[in-house]
Amino acid sequence: MSTAFDMTAGQVAIDGRKILRGIDLTVDEGEVVAVLGANGSGKSTLVRALLGVQPLSGGATLLYGRPPARFREWWRIGYVPQRLSVGGGVPATVREVVASGRIARQRRGRFTSSADRQAVAAALEEVGLSGRAGDPVSSLSGGQQQRVLIARALAGEPDAFVLDEPTAGVDAGSQRMLADTLRGLVERGRTVVLVAHELGPLEPLISRAVVLNQGCKVHDGAPPTAVGTHALPGHDHVHPHEPAPAESPVPSWVLAQEKA
Amino acid sequence: MTIFHLDFMRYALVAAVMVGLTAPAVGTFIVQRRLALLGDGIGHVALTGVALGFLTGTAPVATAVVVAALGAVAIEMVRARGKTSGDVALALLFYGGLAGGVMIIYLTPGESTASLNSYLFGAITSVDSTDLWVIAGLAVAVLALLAVFGRELFVLCQDEEVARASGLPVRFLGLLIAVIASVTVVVAMRAVGLLLVSALMVVPVATSQQLTRSFRTTMALSMVFGVLATVGGLTSSFYLDVPSGATIVLLALAGFAVALGIGRFVRRSRTGESTA
Ligand SMILES: Nc1ncnc2c1ncn2[C@@H]1O[C@H](COP(=O)(O)OP(=O)(O)OP(=O)(O)O)[C@@H](O)[C@H]1O
Ligand SMILES: [Mg+2]
Repeated sequence: MSTAFDMTAGQVAIDGRKILRGIDLTVDEGEVVAVLGANGSGKSTLVRALLGVQPLSGGATLLYGRPPARFREWWRIGYVPQRLSVGGGVPATVREVVASGRIARQRRGRFTSSADRQAVAAALEEVGLSGRAGDPVSSLSGGQQQRVLIARALAGEPDAFVLDEPTAGVDAGSQRMLADTLRGLVERGRTVVLVAHELGPLEPLISRAVVLNQGCKVHDGAPPTAVGTHALPGHDHVHPHEPAPAESPVPSWVLAQEKA
Repeated sequence: MTIFHLDFMRYALVAAVMVGLTAPAVGTFIVQRRLALLGDGIGHVALTGVALGFLTGTAPVATAVVVAALGAVAIEMVRARGKTSGDVALALLFYGGLAGGVMIIYLTPGESTASLNSYLFGAITSVDSTDLWVIAGLAVAVLALLAVFGRELFVLCQDEEVARASGLPVRFLGLLIAVIASVTVVVAMRAVGLLLVSALMVVPVATSQQLTRSFRTTMALSMVFGVLATVGGLTSSFYLDVPSGATIVLLALAGFAVALGIGRFVRRSRTGESTA
Protein backbone atom coordinates (compact mmCIF):
# COMPACT_ATOMS: atom_id res chain seq x y z
CA MET A 1 0.00 0.00 0.00
CA SER A 2 1.40 3.40 -0.89
CA THR A 3 1.06 6.66 0.94
CA ALA A 4 -1.17 9.50 -0.16
CA PHE A 5 0.24 12.24 2.08
CA ASP A 6 3.56 12.24 3.84
CA MET A 7 4.76 15.20 5.87
CA THR A 8 8.01 15.14 7.79
CA ALA A 9 8.86 17.83 10.35
CA GLY A 10 6.48 20.22 8.59
CA GLN A 11 6.74 23.79 9.82
CA VAL A 12 4.71 26.82 8.81
CA ALA A 13 5.50 30.34 9.94
CA ILE A 14 3.47 33.37 8.89
CA ASP A 15 5.02 36.77 9.57
CA GLY A 16 7.50 35.11 11.90
CA ARG A 17 4.76 33.44 13.96
CA LYS A 18 5.06 29.69 14.17
CA ILE A 19 1.73 28.15 13.20
CA LEU A 20 2.86 24.55 12.70
CA ARG A 21 5.81 23.27 14.69
CA GLY A 22 7.38 20.17 13.22
CA ILE A 23 4.48 17.94 12.22
CA ASP A 24 5.08 14.35 11.11
CA LEU A 25 2.04 12.92 9.43
CA THR A 26 1.69 10.01 7.04
CA VAL A 27 -1.64 9.08 5.54
CA ASP A 28 -1.77 5.76 3.71
CA GLU A 29 -4.15 5.13 0.86
CA GLY A 30 -7.57 4.08 2.09
CA GLU A 31 -7.17 5.62 5.54
CA VAL A 32 -9.77 7.95 7.02
CA VAL A 33 -7.97 10.43 9.23
CA ALA A 34 -9.68 13.05 11.37
CA VAL A 35 -7.75 16.19 12.32
CA LEU A 36 -9.04 17.57 15.62
CA GLY A 37 -8.13 20.52 17.78
CA ALA A 38 -9.24 23.89 19.14
CA ASN A 39 -9.92 26.97 17.02
CA GLY A 40 -6.62 28.37 15.86
CA SER A 41 -4.67 25.21 16.64
CA GLY A 42 -3.57 24.99 13.01
CA LYS A 43 -5.89 22.38 11.52
CA SER A 44 -6.66 24.32 8.34
CA THR A 45 -3.02 25.29 7.99
CA LEU A 46 -2.02 21.63 8.33
CA VAL A 47 -4.34 20.37 5.60
CA ARG A 48 -3.41 23.29 3.33
CA ALA A 49 0.26 22.50 3.91
CA LEU A 50 -0.38 18.81 3.17
CA LEU A 51 -1.69 19.88 -0.25
CA GLY A 52 1.15 22.31 -0.89
CA VAL A 53 -1.31 25.21 -0.99
CA GLN A 54 0.42 26.65 2.07
CA PRO A 55 4.20 26.69 1.59
CA LEU A 56 6.28 25.13 4.37
CA SER A 57 8.94 27.15 6.14
CA GLY A 58 10.66 23.95 7.19
CA GLY A 59 10.40 20.21 6.68
CA ALA A 60 8.90 18.56 3.63
CA THR A 61 5.66 17.14 2.38
CA LEU A 62 4.92 14.62 -0.35
CA LEU A 63 1.77 13.98 -2.38
CA TYR A 64 1.76 10.40 -3.62
CA GLY A 65 5.51 10.40 -3.22
CA ARG A 66 6.28 13.71 -4.91
CA PRO A 67 6.79 17.22 -3.54
CA PRO A 68 3.82 19.47 -4.47
CA ALA A 69 5.88 21.48 -6.99
CA ARG A 70 6.62 18.33 -8.97
CA PHE A 71 3.27 16.62 -8.44
CA ARG A 72 1.36 16.28 -11.71
CA GLU A 73 -1.64 14.06 -10.93
CA TRP A 74 -3.76 16.73 -9.29
CA TRP A 75 -6.95 15.00 -10.39
CA ARG A 76 -6.18 12.51 -7.61
CA ILE A 77 -6.88 15.19 -4.97
CA GLY A 78 -10.23 16.73 -4.03
CA TYR A 79 -10.00 19.70 -1.68
CA VAL A 80 -12.99 21.07 0.23
CA PRO A 81 -12.01 24.41 1.78
CA GLN A 82 -13.48 25.63 5.05
CA ARG A 83 -15.84 28.02 3.31
CA LEU A 84 -17.08 28.93 -0.13
CA SER A 85 -15.48 31.95 -1.71
CA VAL A 86 -18.25 33.64 -3.65
CA GLY A 87 -15.95 35.74 -5.82
CA GLY A 88 -16.37 39.46 -6.25
CA GLY A 89 -20.11 39.42 -6.77
CA VAL A 90 -20.24 37.96 -10.27
CA PRO A 91 -22.96 35.33 -9.96
CA ALA A 92 -22.10 31.67 -10.53
CA THR A 93 -24.60 28.85 -10.46
CA VAL A 94 -24.33 25.77 -8.29
CA ARG A 95 -23.70 23.74 -11.44
CA GLU A 96 -20.90 26.05 -12.59
CA VAL A 97 -19.11 25.82 -9.24
CA VAL A 98 -19.53 22.04 -9.04
CA ALA A 99 -18.38 21.66 -12.65
CA SER A 100 -15.19 23.56 -11.81
CA GLY A 101 -14.22 20.51 -9.73
CA ARG A 102 -13.49 18.76 -13.04
CA ILE A 103 -10.75 21.23 -13.94
CA ALA A 104 -7.85 18.92 -13.10
CA ARG A 105 -9.28 16.30 -15.48
CA GLN A 106 -9.96 18.66 -18.37
CA ARG A 107 -7.59 19.48 -21.19
CA ARG A 108 -7.07 23.14 -21.96
CA GLY A 109 -9.10 24.35 -24.92
CA ARG A 110 -11.30 21.27 -25.03
CA PHE A 111 -15.05 21.38 -24.66
CA THR A 112 -16.84 19.88 -21.69
CA SER A 113 -17.22 16.13 -22.27
CA SER A 114 -20.20 13.94 -21.51
CA ALA A 115 -18.12 12.28 -18.78
CA ASP A 116 -17.76 15.74 -17.21
CA ARG A 117 -21.49 16.34 -17.35
CA GLN A 118 -22.30 12.92 -15.89
CA ALA A 119 -19.85 13.36 -13.01
CA VAL A 120 -21.32 16.79 -12.21
CA ALA A 121 -24.88 15.46 -12.29
CA ALA A 122 -23.92 12.53 -10.05
CA ALA A 123 -22.16 14.82 -7.57
CA LEU A 124 -25.19 17.14 -7.39
CA GLU A 125 -27.44 14.14 -6.87
CA GLU A 126 -25.18 12.79 -4.13
CA VAL A 127 -25.47 15.97 -2.03
CA GLY A 128 -29.14 16.45 -2.84
CA LEU A 129 -28.74 19.72 -4.73
CA SER A 130 -29.89 18.65 -8.20
CA GLY A 131 -32.96 20.84 -7.82
CA ARG A 132 -30.84 23.92 -7.10
CA ALA A 133 -28.29 23.39 -9.89
CA GLY A 134 -29.35 26.52 -11.79
CA ASP A 135 -29.48 28.82 -8.75
CA PRO A 136 -26.68 31.23 -7.93
CA VAL A 137 -24.52 29.83 -5.10
CA SER A 138 -24.85 33.11 -3.23
CA SER A 139 -28.58 32.44 -2.81
CA LEU A 140 -27.91 29.23 -0.85
CA SER A 141 -27.68 28.92 2.93
CA GLY A 142 -24.34 28.30 4.61
CA GLY A 143 -25.04 24.60 5.06
CA GLN A 144 -26.12 24.24 1.44
CA GLN A 145 -22.99 26.05 0.28
CA GLN A 146 -20.97 23.53 2.28
CA ARG A 147 -22.67 20.80 0.25
CA VAL A 148 -21.79 22.62 -2.97
CA LEU A 149 -18.13 22.51 -1.95
CA ILE A 150 -18.36 18.79 -1.24
CA ALA A 151 -20.07 18.21 -4.59
CA ARG A 152 -17.28 20.13 -6.33
CA ALA A 153 -14.71 17.75 -4.86
CA LEU A 154 -16.88 14.70 -5.67
CA ALA A 155 -17.25 15.86 -9.28
CA GLY A 156 -13.50 15.52 -9.80
CA GLU A 157 -13.68 11.81 -8.84
CA PRO A 158 -10.39 12.02 -6.94
CA ASP A 159 -8.58 9.27 -5.04
CA ALA A 160 -8.08 11.38 -1.92
CA PHE A 161 -10.39 13.86 -0.28
CA VAL A 162 -9.19 16.63 2.00
CA LEU A 163 -12.15 18.23 3.75
CA ASP A 164 -11.83 21.24 6.04
CA GLU A 165 -14.74 21.14 8.49
CA PRO A 166 -17.29 19.68 6.10
CA THR A 167 -19.80 19.42 8.94
CA ALA A 168 -19.51 22.99 10.24
CA GLY A 169 -22.93 24.64 10.22
CA VAL A 170 -24.56 21.56 8.71
CA ASP A 171 -27.77 20.19 10.27
CA ALA A 172 -28.07 16.64 11.63
CA GLY A 173 -29.81 15.32 8.52
CA SER A 174 -27.13 16.65 6.18
CA GLN A 175 -24.41 15.33 8.49
CA ARG A 176 -25.89 11.84 8.15
CA MET A 177 -26.05 12.34 4.40
CA LEU A 178 -22.38 13.34 4.37
CA ALA A 179 -21.57 10.30 6.50
CA ASP A 180 -23.32 8.08 3.95
CA THR A 181 -21.43 9.73 1.11
CA LEU A 182 -18.13 9.25 2.93
CA ARG A 183 -18.95 5.64 3.73
CA GLY A 184 -19.48 5.00 0.02
CA LEU A 185 -16.11 6.61 -0.75
CA VAL A 186 -14.32 4.66 1.95
CA GLU A 187 -15.81 1.39 0.72
CA ARG A 188 -14.37 2.18 -2.71
CA GLY A 189 -10.94 2.61 -1.11
CA ARG A 190 -10.73 6.39 -1.20
CA THR A 191 -8.42 8.22 1.19
CA VAL A 192 -10.01 10.86 3.43
CA VAL A 193 -8.45 13.54 5.61
CA LEU A 194 -11.05 15.62 7.36
CA VAL A 195 -10.94 18.43 9.85
CA ALA A 196 -13.74 18.43 12.39
CA HIS A 197 -14.80 19.77 15.73
CA GLU A 198 -17.45 17.19 16.45
CA LEU A 199 -17.25 13.90 14.62
CA GLY A 200 -20.93 13.15 15.17
CA PRO A 201 -22.24 10.59 12.65
CA LEU A 202 -18.80 10.50 10.97
CA GLU A 203 -17.22 8.85 14.01
CA PRO A 204 -17.66 5.17 13.01
CA LEU A 205 -15.86 5.87 9.69
CA ILE A 206 -12.71 7.33 11.19
CA SER A 207 -9.74 4.99 11.27
CA ARG A 208 -7.33 7.40 12.94
CA ALA A 209 -7.38 10.75 14.68
CA VAL A 210 -4.70 13.42 14.82
CA VAL A 211 -5.04 16.07 17.50
CA LEU A 212 -3.36 19.45 17.20
CA ASN A 213 -2.71 21.89 19.96
CA GLN A 214 -1.03 25.22 19.27
CA GLY A 215 0.58 23.91 16.13
CA CYS A 216 1.92 20.70 17.67
CA LYS A 217 0.67 17.19 17.10
CA VAL A 218 -0.34 15.93 20.52
CA HIS A 219 -2.02 12.70 19.53
CA ASP A 220 -1.98 10.35 16.55
CA GLY A 221 -3.86 7.11 16.84
CA ALA A 222 -7.22 5.68 17.75
CA PRO A 223 -10.11 8.11 17.38
CA PRO A 224 -11.67 9.41 20.57
CA THR A 225 -14.83 7.78 21.81
CA ALA A 226 -17.97 9.87 22.10
CA VAL A 227 -17.34 10.41 25.81
CA GLY A 228 -13.72 11.24 25.16
CA THR A 229 -14.51 14.16 22.86
CA HIS A 230 -15.49 16.14 25.94
CA ALA A 231 -11.89 16.29 26.94
CA LEU A 232 -10.68 17.57 23.56
CA PRO A 233 -8.95 20.93 23.75
CA GLY A 234 -11.41 22.18 21.14
CA HIS A 235 -14.37 21.47 23.28
CA ASP A 236 -15.55 24.76 24.63
CA HIS A 237 -18.26 23.59 27.01
CA VAL A 238 -18.22 25.33 30.33
CA HIS A 239 -19.17 23.16 33.23
CA PRO A 240 -19.91 25.58 36.03
CA HIS A 241 -19.64 23.01 38.82
CA GLU A 242 -16.44 21.46 37.54
CA PRO A 243 -12.96 22.91 37.65
CA ALA A 244 -11.95 24.56 34.36
CA PRO A 245 -10.45 22.05 31.87
CA ALA A 246 -6.79 21.59 32.56
CA GLU A 247 -4.38 23.55 30.35
CA SER A 248 -2.55 20.31 29.60
CA PRO A 249 -1.79 20.07 25.87
CA VAL A 250 -2.63 16.37 25.97
CA PRO A 251 -6.30 15.48 26.29
CA SER A 252 -7.04 13.27 29.25
CA TRP A 253 -8.41 10.44 27.13
CA VAL A 254 -5.08 10.22 25.34
CA LEU A 255 -3.29 9.88 28.65
CA ALA A 256 -5.80 7.26 29.71
CA GLN A 257 -5.15 5.28 26.55
CA GLU A 258 -1.40 5.51 26.76
CA LYS A 259 -1.45 4.22 30.33
CA ALA A 260 -3.56 1.24 29.25
CA MET B 1 -26.14 61.56 -45.08
CA THR B 2 -25.63 58.91 -42.42
CA ILE B 3 -22.59 58.28 -40.27
CA PHE B 4 -21.71 55.24 -42.41
CA HIS B 5 -20.74 57.53 -45.30
CA LEU B 6 -17.87 58.95 -43.31
CA ASP B 7 -14.68 56.91 -43.30
CA PHE B 8 -13.62 58.04 -39.86
CA MET B 9 -17.02 57.11 -38.44
CA ARG B 10 -16.90 53.66 -40.03
CA TYR B 11 -13.50 53.04 -38.45
CA ALA B 12 -14.73 54.45 -35.17
CA LEU B 13 -17.79 52.17 -35.18
CA VAL B 14 -15.72 49.05 -35.82
CA ALA B 15 -13.35 50.07 -33.03
CA ALA B 16 -16.33 50.69 -30.78
CA VAL B 17 -17.64 47.16 -31.36
CA MET B 18 -14.20 45.66 -30.59
CA VAL B 19 -13.88 47.64 -27.38
CA GLY B 20 -17.48 46.95 -26.40
CA LEU B 21 -16.85 43.21 -26.68
CA THR B 22 -13.42 42.87 -25.09
CA ALA B 23 -13.54 45.26 -22.13
CA PRO B 24 -16.55 43.64 -20.39
CA ALA B 25 -15.34 40.11 -21.20
CA VAL B 26 -12.07 40.74 -19.36
CA GLY B 27 -13.95 42.80 -16.79
CA THR B 28 -16.09 39.84 -15.77
CA PHE B 29 -13.02 37.92 -14.58
CA ILE B 30 -11.49 40.97 -12.96
CA VAL B 31 -14.63 41.82 -11.01
CA GLN B 32 -14.88 38.18 -9.91
CA ARG B 33 -11.27 38.37 -8.74
CA ARG B 34 -12.20 41.42 -6.62
CA LEU B 35 -9.92 43.66 -8.61
CA ALA B 36 -12.59 45.93 -10.08
CA LEU B 37 -10.24 48.90 -9.92
CA LEU B 38 -7.39 47.08 -11.69
CA GLY B 39 -8.38 48.76 -14.95
CA ASP B 40 -8.06 52.19 -13.33
CA GLY B 41 -4.64 51.35 -11.96
CA ILE B 42 -3.44 50.11 -15.33
CA GLY B 43 -5.00 53.13 -17.05
CA HIS B 44 -2.99 55.52 -14.90
CA VAL B 45 0.21 53.56 -15.51
CA ALA B 46 -0.50 53.50 -19.24
CA LEU B 47 -0.40 57.30 -19.14
CA THR B 48 3.29 57.11 -18.28
CA GLY B 49 3.63 54.82 -21.28
CA VAL B 50 1.87 57.29 -23.57
CA ALA B 51 4.13 60.10 -22.36
CA LEU B 52 7.21 57.93 -22.92
CA GLY B 53 6.01 57.46 -26.49
CA PHE B 54 5.99 61.22 -26.97
CA LEU B 55 9.39 61.60 -25.34
CA THR B 56 11.07 58.92 -27.44
CA GLY B 57 9.13 59.62 -30.63
CA THR B 58 7.63 56.13 -30.82
CA ALA B 59 3.96 55.30 -31.21
CA PRO B 60 2.27 56.05 -27.86
CA VAL B 61 0.03 52.97 -28.20
CA ALA B 62 3.07 50.70 -28.36
CA THR B 63 4.80 52.23 -25.36
CA ALA B 64 1.47 52.28 -23.50
CA VAL B 65 1.00 48.52 -24.01
CA VAL B 66 4.50 47.77 -22.74
CA VAL B 67 4.35 50.05 -19.71
CA ALA B 68 0.78 49.04 -18.84
CA ALA B 69 1.71 45.35 -19.02
CA LEU B 70 4.74 45.94 -16.78
CA GLY B 71 2.54 47.86 -14.35
CA ALA B 72 -0.05 45.09 -14.32
CA VAL B 73 2.62 42.49 -13.67
CA ALA B 74 3.93 44.64 -10.81
CA ILE B 75 0.44 44.90 -9.32
CA GLU B 76 -0.02 41.15 -9.59
CA MET B 77 3.34 40.41 -7.97
CA VAL B 78 2.72 42.78 -5.08
CA ARG B 79 -0.74 41.26 -4.63
CA ALA B 80 0.54 37.67 -4.78
CA ARG B 81 3.21 38.35 -2.15
CA GLY B 82 0.34 39.27 0.12
CA LYS B 83 2.35 41.82 2.08
CA THR B 84 0.34 44.75 0.76
CA SER B 85 -3.32 44.34 -0.02
CA GLY B 86 -4.35 44.52 -3.66
CA ASP B 87 -6.11 47.87 -3.39
CA VAL B 88 -3.14 49.58 -1.74
CA ALA B 89 -0.86 48.25 -4.48
CA LEU B 90 -3.29 49.66 -7.02
CA ALA B 91 -3.44 53.03 -5.30
CA LEU B 92 0.35 53.33 -5.33
CA LEU B 93 0.39 52.71 -9.07
CA PHE B 94 -2.43 55.23 -9.67
CA TYR B 95 -0.36 58.02 -8.24
CA GLY B 96 2.94 56.93 -9.70
CA GLY B 97 1.50 56.44 -13.17
CA LEU B 98 -0.31 59.77 -13.30
CA ALA B 99 2.56 61.77 -11.82
CA GLY B 100 5.08 60.00 -14.05
CA GLY B 101 3.04 60.75 -17.16
CA VAL B 102 2.65 64.41 -16.37
CA MET B 103 6.33 64.79 -15.50
CA ILE B 104 7.59 63.05 -18.64
CA ILE B 105 5.30 65.05 -20.91
CA TYR B 106 6.55 68.24 -19.24
CA LEU B 107 10.13 67.20 -19.99
CA THR B 108 9.31 66.45 -23.65
CA PRO B 109 10.25 69.36 -25.90
CA GLY B 110 7.29 70.77 -27.83
CA GLU B 111 4.65 68.83 -25.89
CA SER B 112 2.43 69.94 -23.05
CA THR B 113 -0.09 68.16 -20.89
CA ALA B 114 -2.65 69.18 -23.52
CA SER B 115 -1.12 66.48 -25.78
CA LEU B 116 -2.32 63.92 -23.29
CA ASN B 117 -5.96 65.00 -23.56
CA SER B 118 -6.96 62.67 -26.37
CA TYR B 119 -5.50 59.76 -24.40
CA LEU B 120 -7.04 60.82 -21.13
CA PHE B 121 -10.52 61.33 -22.50
CA GLY B 122 -10.54 59.31 -25.72
CA ALA B 123 -10.62 60.27 -29.37
CA ILE B 124 -12.29 57.38 -31.11
CA THR B 125 -13.01 59.39 -34.27
CA SER B 126 -9.26 59.81 -34.81
CA VAL B 127 -8.84 56.05 -35.36
CA ASP B 128 -7.37 55.41 -38.82
CA SER B 129 -7.14 52.15 -40.74
CA THR B 130 -3.72 51.24 -39.27
CA ASP B 131 -5.01 51.81 -35.75
CA LEU B 132 -8.01 49.71 -36.60
CA TRP B 133 -5.85 46.73 -37.58
CA VAL B 134 -3.90 47.02 -34.34
CA ILE B 135 -7.09 47.30 -32.26
CA ALA B 136 -8.73 44.39 -34.08
CA GLY B 137 -5.64 42.21 -33.70
CA LEU B 138 -5.35 42.91 -29.99
CA ALA B 139 -9.08 42.41 -29.43
CA VAL B 140 -9.08 39.06 -31.21
CA ALA B 141 -6.02 37.97 -29.24
CA VAL B 142 -7.69 38.92 -25.95
CA LEU B 143 -10.92 37.08 -26.77
CA ALA B 144 -9.02 34.01 -27.99
CA LEU B 145 -6.97 33.85 -24.78
CA LEU B 146 -10.13 34.16 -22.70
CA ALA B 147 -11.73 31.33 -24.66
CA VAL B 148 -8.75 29.02 -24.22
CA PHE B 149 -8.04 29.80 -20.55
CA GLY B 150 -11.57 30.74 -19.47
CA ARG B 151 -12.26 27.60 -17.47
CA GLU B 152 -9.01 27.90 -15.53
CA LEU B 153 -9.44 31.65 -15.03
CA PHE B 154 -12.91 31.01 -13.61
CA VAL B 155 -11.46 28.72 -10.93
CA LEU B 156 -8.60 31.12 -10.23
CA CYS B 157 -10.85 34.16 -9.88
CA GLN B 158 -13.36 32.24 -7.77
CA ASP B 159 -10.87 30.80 -5.27
CA GLU B 160 -7.12 30.96 -5.74
CA GLU B 161 -6.45 28.28 -3.14
CA VAL B 162 -8.73 25.79 -4.84
CA ALA B 163 -7.03 26.64 -8.13
CA ARG B 164 -3.69 25.76 -6.52
CA ALA B 165 -5.08 22.53 -5.06
CA SER B 166 -6.32 21.64 -8.56
CA GLY B 167 -2.79 21.92 -9.91
CA LEU B 168 -3.49 25.00 -12.03
CA PRO B 169 -0.50 27.22 -12.88
CA VAL B 170 -1.72 29.93 -10.50
CA ARG B 171 1.15 32.36 -10.92
CA PHE B 172 1.04 32.13 -14.71
CA LEU B 173 -2.75 32.58 -14.79
CA GLY B 174 -2.54 35.60 -12.48
CA LEU B 175 0.03 37.24 -14.75
CA LEU B 176 -2.00 36.26 -17.81
CA ILE B 177 -5.13 37.98 -16.59
CA ALA B 178 -3.08 41.06 -15.62
CA VAL B 179 -1.48 41.26 -19.06
CA ILE B 180 -4.80 40.64 -20.84
CA ALA B 181 -6.31 43.46 -18.77
CA SER B 182 -3.53 45.85 -19.69
CA VAL B 183 -3.84 45.11 -23.40
CA THR B 184 -7.58 45.70 -23.10
CA VAL B 185 -7.02 49.01 -21.35
CA VAL B 186 -4.82 50.22 -24.18
CA VAL B 187 -7.33 49.03 -26.78
CA ALA B 188 -10.16 50.80 -24.98
CA MET B 189 -8.03 53.91 -24.40
CA ARG B 190 -8.83 55.19 -27.90
CA ALA B 191 -12.55 54.93 -27.30
CA VAL B 192 -13.14 56.30 -23.85
CA GLY B 193 -9.75 57.49 -22.65
CA LEU B 194 -7.54 56.19 -19.86
CA LEU B 195 -9.51 57.91 -17.12
CA LEU B 196 -12.76 56.22 -18.10
CA VAL B 197 -11.37 52.93 -19.41
CA SER B 198 -12.21 50.97 -16.32
CA ALA B 199 -15.86 52.00 -16.60
CA LEU B 200 -16.20 49.82 -19.70
CA MET B 201 -14.65 46.88 -17.85
CA VAL B 202 -16.81 47.21 -14.77
CA VAL B 203 -20.12 48.94 -15.54
CA PRO B 204 -21.47 46.47 -18.15
CA VAL B 205 -20.59 43.60 -15.78
CA ALA B 206 -22.35 45.30 -12.88
CA THR B 207 -25.33 45.92 -15.16
CA SER B 208 -25.51 42.36 -16.34
CA GLN B 209 -25.16 40.79 -12.89
CA GLN B 210 -28.39 42.53 -11.85
CA LEU B 211 -30.21 40.30 -14.30
CA THR B 212 -28.33 36.99 -14.40
CA ARG B 213 -27.72 33.91 -12.27
CA SER B 214 -24.73 32.27 -13.95
CA PHE B 215 -21.19 33.37 -14.72
CA ARG B 216 -21.52 32.45 -18.37
CA THR B 217 -24.62 34.54 -19.04
CA THR B 218 -23.22 37.41 -16.97
CA MET B 219 -20.23 37.52 -19.28
CA ALA B 220 -22.28 37.17 -22.48
CA LEU B 221 -24.81 39.79 -21.47
CA SER B 222 -22.10 42.19 -20.30
CA MET B 223 -20.57 42.00 -23.79
CA VAL B 224 -23.97 42.85 -25.28
CA PHE B 225 -24.29 45.83 -22.91
CA GLY B 226 -20.73 46.84 -23.71
CA VAL B 227 -21.40 46.99 -27.44
CA LEU B 228 -24.70 48.81 -26.91
CA ALA B 229 -22.90 51.42 -24.81
CA THR B 230 -19.95 51.98 -27.15
CA VAL B 231 -21.91 51.96 -30.42
CA GLY B 232 -24.89 53.83 -28.97
CA GLY B 233 -22.65 56.34 -27.23
CA LEU B 234 -20.53 56.94 -30.30
CA THR B 235 -23.54 57.42 -32.57
CA SER B 236 -25.36 59.77 -30.25
CA SER B 237 -22.21 61.77 -29.55
CA PHE B 238 -21.87 62.29 -33.29
CA TYR B 239 -25.39 63.63 -33.72
CA LEU B 240 -25.43 65.60 -30.49
CA ASP B 241 -21.90 66.91 -31.05
CA VAL B 242 -20.68 66.00 -27.55
CA PRO B 243 -17.51 64.12 -26.45
CA SER B 244 -17.74 60.42 -27.35
CA GLY B 245 -15.91 58.93 -24.36
CA ALA B 246 -18.11 60.62 -21.80
CA THR B 247 -21.27 59.79 -23.76
CA ILE B 248 -20.32 56.09 -23.88
CA VAL B 249 -19.72 55.93 -20.15
CA LEU B 250 -22.86 57.91 -19.27
CA LEU B 251 -24.91 55.60 -21.48
CA ALA B 252 -23.39 52.55 -19.76
CA LEU B 253 -24.25 54.05 -16.38
CA ALA B 254 -27.82 54.79 -17.50
CA GLY B 255 -28.06 51.13 -18.55
CA PHE B 256 -26.90 50.13 -15.09
CA ALA B 257 -29.59 52.25 -13.43
CA VAL B 258 -32.29 50.69 -15.61
CA ALA B 259 -31.00 47.15 -14.96
CA LEU B 260 -30.91 47.83 -11.24
CA GLY B 261 -34.61 48.70 -11.35
CA ILE B 262 -35.52 45.72 -13.53
CA GLY B 263 -33.41 43.37 -11.39
CA ARG B 264 -35.20 44.49 -8.21
CA PHE B 265 -38.55 44.02 -9.90
CA VAL B 266 -37.69 40.56 -11.30
CA ARG B 267 -36.31 39.34 -7.97
CA ARG B 268 -39.34 40.62 -6.09
CA SER B 269 -41.78 38.89 -8.43
CA ARG B 270 -39.66 35.70 -8.21
CA THR B 271 -39.78 35.63 -4.43
CA GLY B 272 -43.47 36.54 -4.69
CA GLU B 273 -44.01 33.43 -6.80
CA SER B 274 -42.13 31.13 -4.47
CA THR B 275 -43.93 32.32 -1.35
CA ALA B 276 -47.32 32.22 -3.07
N1 LIG C 1 -2.96 34.04 6.50
C1 LIG C 1 -2.68 34.09 7.81
N2 LIG C 1 -2.03 35.16 8.30
C2 LIG C 1 -1.74 35.23 9.62
N3 LIG C 1 -2.04 34.28 10.51
C3 LIG C 1 -2.68 33.19 10.07
C4 LIG C 1 -3.05 33.04 8.70
N4 LIG C 1 -3.68 31.86 8.55
C5 LIG C 1 -3.73 31.32 9.78
N5 LIG C 1 -3.14 32.11 10.69
C6 LIG C 1 -2.98 31.83 12.14
O1 LIG C 1 -2.64 30.48 12.24
C7 LIG C 1 -3.26 29.89 13.36
C8 LIG C 1 -3.93 28.61 12.93
O2 LIG C 1 -4.94 28.90 11.98
P1 LIG C 1 -5.83 27.78 11.35
O3 LIG C 1 -6.77 28.44 10.41
O4 LIG C 1 -4.96 26.73 10.80
O5 LIG C 1 -6.61 27.23 12.62
P2 LIG C 1 -7.77 26.15 12.68
O6 LIG C 1 -7.31 25.11 13.60
O7 LIG C 1 -8.16 25.72 11.31
O8 LIG C 1 -8.94 26.98 13.34
P3 LIG C 1 -10.53 26.91 13.11
O9 LIG C 1 -11.02 25.80 13.99
O10 LIG C 1 -11.02 28.22 13.61
O11 LIG C 1 -10.79 26.70 11.68
C9 LIG C 1 -4.22 30.92 13.90
O12 LIG C 1 -3.67 31.43 15.09
C10 LIG C 1 -4.27 32.00 12.87
O13 LIG C 1 -4.32 33.26 13.49
MG1 LIG D 1 -9.85 25.98 10.14
